[in-house]
Amino acid sequence: MKLTIPEEELMYEGTVDCQGCGGALAMRYALKALGKKTFVVIPACCWSIIAGPFPYSALQVPLYHTAFETAAIVSSGIKAGLEMKGIDATVMAWAGDGGTFDIGIQALSGVAERNDDIIYVCYDNEAYMNTGIQRSSATPYKAWTTTTPRNYPKARPKKDIDEILVAHEIPYVATASVAYPEDFIRKLQKAKEIKGTRFIHVLAPCPTGWRSLPEHTIKLARLAVQTNIFPLYEVENGKYKINIKPKNPKPVEEYLKLQGRFRHLTEKDIKEIQEATNKKWKKLLRKEEFF
Amino acid sequence: MEKEMYEVRFHGRGGQGAVTAATILADAAFREGKDVQAFPIFGVERRGAPVAAFMRMDAKPIDIKTQIYEPDSVVILDPTLLDVIDVTKGLKENGKIIINSSKKATEFKFGKAKVYTIDATKIAMKYGLGAKTNPIVNTAILGAYSKAVGNVGIEAIEEAIGEKVPRKKEENKKAAREAYEETRGE
Amino acid sequence: MVKKVIYGNHAVSYGARDARVEVIAAYPITPQTQVVELLSEFCASGELKAKFIKVESEHSAMAACVGASAAGARAFTATSSQGLALMHEMLHWASNARHPIVMANVNRAMGPPWNIWTDQNDSMAQRDTGWMQFYCSTNQEVYDTTLMTFKICENDKVLLPGMLSLDAFVLSHTSEVVDMPPQEEIDEFLPPYKAKYKLDLEDPRAFGSLMFPDWYYELKYKQHTSMEEALKVIEKVGKEFGDHFGRYYGLVEEYRIEDAEIILVVSGTIAQTSKDAVDVLRKEGMKAGLVRMRTFRPFPKEKIRKIASKVNKMIVIDRSISFGSEGAFFTETKACLYNEKDRPEIYGIIIGLGGRDVTVEDIMKIAKKGKEGKFKINEINWWGVKL
Repeated sequence: MKLTIPEEELMYEGTVDCQGCGGALAMRYALKALGKKTFVVIPACCWSIIAGPFPYSALQVPLYHTAFETAAIVSSGIKAGLEMKGIDATVMAWAGDGGTFDIGIQALSGVAERNDDIIYVCYDNEAYMNTGIQRSSATPYKAWTTTTPRNYPKARPKKDIDEILVAHEIPYVATASVAYPEDFIRKLQKAKEIKGTRFIHVLAPCPTGWRSLPEHTIKLARLAVQTNIFPLYEVENGKYKINIKPKNPKPVEEYLKLQGRFRHLTEKDIKEIQEATNKKWKKLLRKEEFF
Repeated sequence: MEKEMYEVRFHGRGGQGAVTAATILADAAFREGKDVQAFPIFGVERRGAPVAAFMRMDAKPIDIKTQIYEPDSVVILDPTLLDVIDVTKGLKENGKIIINSSKKATEFKFGKAKVYTIDATKIAMKYGLGAKTNPIVNTAILGAYSKAVGNVGIEAIEEAIGEKVPRKKEENKKAAREAYEETRGE
Repeated sequence: MVKKVIYGNHAVSYGARDARVEVIAAYPITPQTQVVELLSEFCASGELKAKFIKVESEHSAMAACVGASAAGARAFTATSSQGLALMHEMLHWASNARHPIVMANVNRAMGPPWNIWTDQNDSMAQRDTGWMQFYCSTNQEVYDTTLMTFKICENDKVLLPGMLSLDAFVLSHTSEVVDMPPQEEIDEFLPPYKAKYKLDLEDPRAFGSLMFPDWYYELKYKQHTSMEEALKVIEKVGKEFGDHFGRYYGLVEEYRIEDAEIILVVSGTIAQTSKDAVDVLRKEGMKAGLVRMRTFRPFPKEKIRKIASKVNKMIVIDRSISFGSEGAFFTETKACLYNEKDRPEIYGIIIGLGGRDVTVEDIMKIAKKGKEGKFKINEINWWGVKL
C-alpha cells in the first residue's frame, strides 16, 4: 500500500486522549508534515494531558508545556533563543481554541503583528474541553456546552479567527480538517518554507464534547467541509484560495444531527444556521474573487 | 565649598532643558573630581509646565538620596516662572540666583541672595538652539552658572556638553562660553 | 574602564549590555522606560547582539523570556509595579521551570490611585514566586548587581531566576557616577550561558508535563534547597566580583555596627540616606549602626542572627506594608530570630510609601525614639502619617 503522506511516525502510540479524539490525530499529521527538526509548545489544553504525564512524552521532538495565554509568545521566545544559538528549526505553537481565540489572543495578536517567525496551529474542538466542555468564542452558534445549557445555548456566532489573522497581514493563514490529511500536511509543509507568522486552524472533532460517536470523528470533519460550515481555504500574502468547493453542498442538518450538542435545535434554528452558512460561504467566494 | 556638599536647583518649563542642565552640570563637576547626583522633580513632565531639576556635588562620596530642600544656588531658565512659583524657596541665606533675563541683575531683589543675569535666550537664538517660542537655554545658563558660582569650570562644562548633548554640540559649547564671558552680577 | 554619569535605568541597560544578554522581551511602563529604550538603541546599533521582542504586555514579556531561556539563551526583562503584578503567573512559571532569567524591577507603588513614585509593595507582593530578590541603593550597585545576578542565577546549584530592584526616580531617574569595567574583564567574570537543561533536537524531551503528587513535592524541595544554596553562591559571586573589579558585595552591607547599641535594618535608597544619619548620630554620641539588606530572597537568616546577637535594639524600616500584618523585612527579621536565646528588642517602622521622601532628619528621629524605647512594641509604627 502506498502512502500519500510521509511515513515516519514522530508521535508514540498510547497517547492519553479520548476515543476518537480529532486533536490527537491532528498532531500525528502535523509532525509527519514538519519532521524531526521541530520544537513544539503546548499551552494548557487537552494536549497538556495527551502528551502524557511525567516521566513520559508522547512526542519524539522537544516539547515545552507552557501557561494558557502564552503559546504564541513562548514559541516566539524559543525561536529567538534558538536563532541566537545558531539553530535552524521550526517552532510550532500547538494550542486549543481556548488558548487561541480567547485567553491566548493577545499574545497571538502580538506575535502576528510583529510577524514573529513561528508556525501556530490551533486544533479547534470548539469549547474548553479539557476543563469539562465550557463554551469558548470558538463554540458554534446554538451549540450546547456546560456553560451554554440547552435552554440557553450559545447565542453568538463562532469568532472568525482566520479573518482576524488575515487582518494582521501575516504571510500565511489556512484552515484544515483532520478528514483531509493530504491537504493539512501540504499546508504545513508549505508553511514550513515560509518565514514569519504562519497560522493554521484545523477542525478537530471531539466526541466527548460534541456528544458524537468516536467512530464519526472523520465523518464529521468531512461533513463540516462538505456543508460549507468549515471551508478549507488559504490566504497567502493576502490572496484567498478556496481549496474545496463542494459542487452540491450537503445540508447543514446532515452534520448537525450527528452531534448531541445540537440535539435541541428546532427546525427554525437549523434553517437559521443554513442561511448563515450560505451567507458566509458567499462572502468567502467574493473574497477569493476580489483578493 | 570643598568640604561641604553643594546643592543647586534649576527651574524651567517642560521642553526647555532644565533637567538636562542638571545632568550636564553633574557631568561637568564629575569631570573635576567630585561625586555627583542629578535628578528631576519626580513628576509627570509636560511641555510648557513648570519643572524643577536638582544636582548635588561633593568632594566626598554622596550617600544621601533625598530631595533638595535648601539649595545653595537656584538657576532660572524661564523668567516668567518668577511670577508663578516661589523660585527661591529654601534657598540658603547667602545663596546665589542665576536668571535668564535681558534685565540687569540689579533690577532683581531677593533678600540677601546674590543675583546674576544673562540673556541666555538671545545667546541661544544666536546659535540656533531651539525655536523663538522655545529657545533651548540650558547650555548658555550653565555658562552663566560657572561664572557666577565658580565651583565648576567652563572647560568641564564644555566637555560635559560634548558628552550629554545629542545635537549641535559645538553651538551649545559656544553658547555656554559666551554666556560665561558675559555674565554679570550685582 | 569607563566612568559615566548615568541614570539608574541606564545603569541597568549598560549592565544587561555588558552581560551580553541574548534575548530581551520587554513592555514599557513608567518609570522603567529608559531601560528598554537604551537597550533598543544598543540592539539597533549592533552594540548588543541580541533579539529584542517588543511584546504587547508584561505577561508576554515574561513568557517570551521563559521561551528564550528554555532554548538555552540568556534572557532579560525589566518592569515595574503594575507590570510586575501582571507578570505574576509567569514569575511562578519561570522559577518552577528553573530558568535563570534576570529581571530589573523599578520599585514603584501600586495603584489605584496612580502613583509612579517609589515603595516596595510591588516586589514584596512577589516574594513567594521563587525568585531571588536583591535591593540596590546606588546606580553603581544597580550596574554591578545586574552582572552578578546573571552569574548567581546561572550557577548549576541555583538555576533560579533573579530580580534586582531599584527605587523609582530616586535611582531610576537620578544620575550618578557609574564605573563600567572593560568588556574583556566582564567576559572573564561572566562567561556565556551554557544551559544545563534546554530544549534540544539531539535529546528531545518534554518540559513541564503533568506531574502527580507522587513527585511534585520533591521538585519543590529541590527548588527550596537551591534557594538556600544561593545564599552561599551570592556571597561567593560577590567576592569574585570584588576580586575582579574592586567592589565587594555580600548578602547584606554592614555599616558601623561593631560596637553599636542600636542597629537600623534598612534597604534601598533609604539605607544610603540612613548612613548619613548614622554618622551624625555617632558624632552626637549615639552608637548607631546600620545593616543594609541587599538580599531579601533567600532571606539571610544566619547573617541577621549573628548581627542581632551583639545588639540590644534593632529598628527595621520598611518601605512596604502587607495589609493586615506588617512590613516585609520586619516580619522576616523577627521570624529568623524567634528561636534565639538572646534576642534584641525590635521595632517595626513603616515609611515612605508612594515615594514620600525620607530625610536624614527622619532617620535620626527614628533612631532616637527607638533608643528611648518610645515605639510600640507589638504593633508597627507608621512614620509621618498626617492623620
